[in-house]
Amino acid sequence: MVNIQTVKDKRKGINKSGYNNLAGYAFISPWLIGFIIFTVFPMLLALYFSFTEYDVLSTPKWIGLENYRNMFTSDDRFRTALSVTFQYVFTAIPLRLIFALFIAMLFVKNRKLVPLYRTIYYLPSIIGGSVAVAVMWRQLFGADGALNGVLSALGLLDKQISWIGNPDTSLWTLILLAVWQFGSPMLIFLAGLKQIPSSYYESASIDGANGIQQFVKITLPMLTPIILFNLVMQVISGFMAFTESYIITQGGPFDRTLFYALYLFQQGFQFYNMGYACALAWVLLLIMGVFTAIIFKTSNYWVYSESKGE
Amino acid sequence: MGLRKEKRIFTTIAYHGFIWIFGFFMMYPVLWLIASSFKDEAEIFQKSYSLIPSSLKFDNYMQGWKGFGGISFGTFFKNSFVIVILSTIGQVASSALVAYGFARIKFVGQRVLFACMIITMLLPSQVLMIPQYILFSRLGWVNSFRPLVVPSYFGYPFFIFLMMQFMEGIPRELDEAARIDGCNQWGIFFRILLPLIRPAMITSAIFSFYWKWQDFFGPLLYLKKPNLYPVSLALKMFSDPAAVTDWGAMFAMSTLSLVPVFIIFVMCQKYIVEGISTTGLKG
Repeated sequence: MVNIQTVKDKRKGINKSGYNNLAGYAFISPWLIGFIIFTVFPMLLALYFSFTEYDVLSTPKWIGLENYRNMFTSDDRFRTALSVTFQYVFTAIPLRLIFALFIAMLFVKNRKLVPLYRTIYYLPSIIGGSVAVAVMWRQLFGADGALNGVLSALGLLDKQISWIGNPDTSLWTLILLAVWQFGSPMLIFLAGLKQIPSSYYESASIDGANGIQQFVKITLPMLTPIILFNLVMQVISGFMAFTESYIITQGGPFDRTLFYALYLFQQGFQFYNMGYACALAWVLLLIMGVFTAIIFKTSNYWVYSESKGE
Repeated sequence: MGLRKEKRIFTTIAYHGFIWIFGFFMMYPVLWLIASSFKDEAEIFQKSYSLIPSSLKFDNYMQGWKGFGGISFGTFFKNSFVIVILSTIGQVASSALVAYGFARIKFVGQRVLFACMIITMLLPSQVLMIPQYILFSRLGWVNSFRPLVVPSYFGYPFFIFLMMQFMEGIPRELDEAARIDGCNQWGIFFRILLPLIRPAMITSAIFSFYWKWQDFFGPLLYLKKPNLYPVSLALKMFSDPAAVTDWGAMFAMSTLSLVPVFIIFVMCQKYIVEGISTTGLKG
C-alpha cells in the first residue's frame, strides 16, 4: 500500500494547500469522473432496477422485493448456479494456489534454466482467458478430442465419452482449465519467497529442522500475507468466471456448469429480465463482500505480521 | 564425499526431469493447437493427440482467413487492433495522471478517494454490466467501438496502483528541486516523473493490450454487426459447434489470434514478471 501518511508528514509546513487541492483534484479527475459515471451511478441504478420488472423496452415497473423473493423461494436455476459456482471456486482456487506455491518453491533457487521454466509455466496464464484457448479446451476434451485419443491409444478407454458433455466430468474440465492458469499467483509467491531472509533457514537447519519443518515453521508463516492477497484476488475472479462456461459448455449439460455470471447474463441479455438480473448482480456483490470480509476478518488469526509476531 | 556428489547429481536430474515432464503437460494443449492448425481434416480426427503434423500445410490458414459472411479475418484483426490501441493509450495516459495526483499531491479527501479506488478493484463487473449497457445504448453507442474504448480514458485502478508503487521509489527531492526551479505540479509530472515511470507505463500497456485483446464480454454485449467484430468474438462465432464444419481452419485462426500475444510475451517478459510481482496483477 502506498503510505499517504508519510506524504502528509513530509509536506507539513508548505502552506499552499489551496493550490494543492486544486492540482490534486485536477490530476485525479479522470478517475473521479469515471468513478461517478461508470461505477457509482450504475451501481445505484442496478440497485433500483433490482426492485423493478424491466425488459428494456418498457419503463421499469416497481415490484419491491419480488425479484429477491422469487430468487430465494422459487428459482431452482439460481440455486443450481450458486452451488455450481461454489463448487468451482472452492475446488479450483485452492488447487490453483497449491500448485502455484509448489511450483514457485521449485523456482526460488537461482538454478540454470529457471527463467526459461518460469516462462513455460507462466505462458498458459497469459493466453488462458482467450476465446482461442476456450475453443481449444472444448476440442481437447470432446468426444473425438485429444484426451480420448491418448486414452484409447493406451488401451484405457473402450468407448469415446465426451468429457465436456458428461454431467459428471464437465465441471472438472473447467476446473482443470482454471488450475492450468496458476502463473500469476506463482509469480507473486515467487516474489514473496525471495523476500524471506535466507538466515532464517540457515539458523533453522543448524537447530536441526528438516525441510518439512522449515516449510511449516518459516515459509508458510512468512508467506501468509501473500497467501491472503492471492486468496482474495482469486476468489473474486473465480466468482466472476464467465467466458469458460459460455464458450466451452454453455452452462450444460443439465446446468452442471451454469456459472453464476452466465446465469446472470442469460437472465439479462437472453430473457431480457433486466430487473431480475440486477437483483442477481446485487446478491453476487453481497456474497462476494461477505467472503472478502470473512477472509479479512479471519486473517488476524492466520496471517503472520512481523511487528506483532516477535 | 563421492556419495554426496552423486546424490547432488541425482537431485539435479530429478529436478530438471520433473520440470520438463510437468512442463510438457502444461504446454501440451498449446502445442496441440498449433499442430492441429497444420493438419488436414482426416488427420485431426484420426491421430487427434499427435503433436507432429504429417506435413506443414498452410491450407487451413488460407481457408480460415476468408472468415464468414464475406468478412475476412483481416477485418476482425483490424477491429481488434483499433480497439486495443485506442484503449491502451487511454488507460496508460489517464492512469499516469491519476497516479501522480494520488502519489505526489496532498489534497483534501485523498484517503477516502484512494480507498474508494481500491474497493472498485474488488467490485464484480456484473453489477455494472446492465446499467452500463442501458447507459451506452441510450447514448446510441451500441454497434460502435465507443463503449469499449471511451471508459478506458478514465483511468484503471490496477495501473494507477502499479504506477503509484513505482513513483514511491522515486526520491521526492527531485520534485522539490524542480519546484525551486519554478516548475508547477504539471511541470513536475510531465518533465520529472513521467520519464522516470516509463517501465511501469510499459507494464501497464502490455497488460492493457492483453486484456483488451482477449476481451470477449464487452464486444459480445455491444457489437452486433459482424463487420465490427474483433478477433475474440469472431472466433467464437466461427467456432460455434452448430456451425463449424472446417475444424482445421478454426484451429488455424485460433492459433493466429494468439500470435500477437506470444510476440509481446516473448519481447516484454521482464516487464510482465515485474508487474505481477509488485502489484499482483492478474494475468
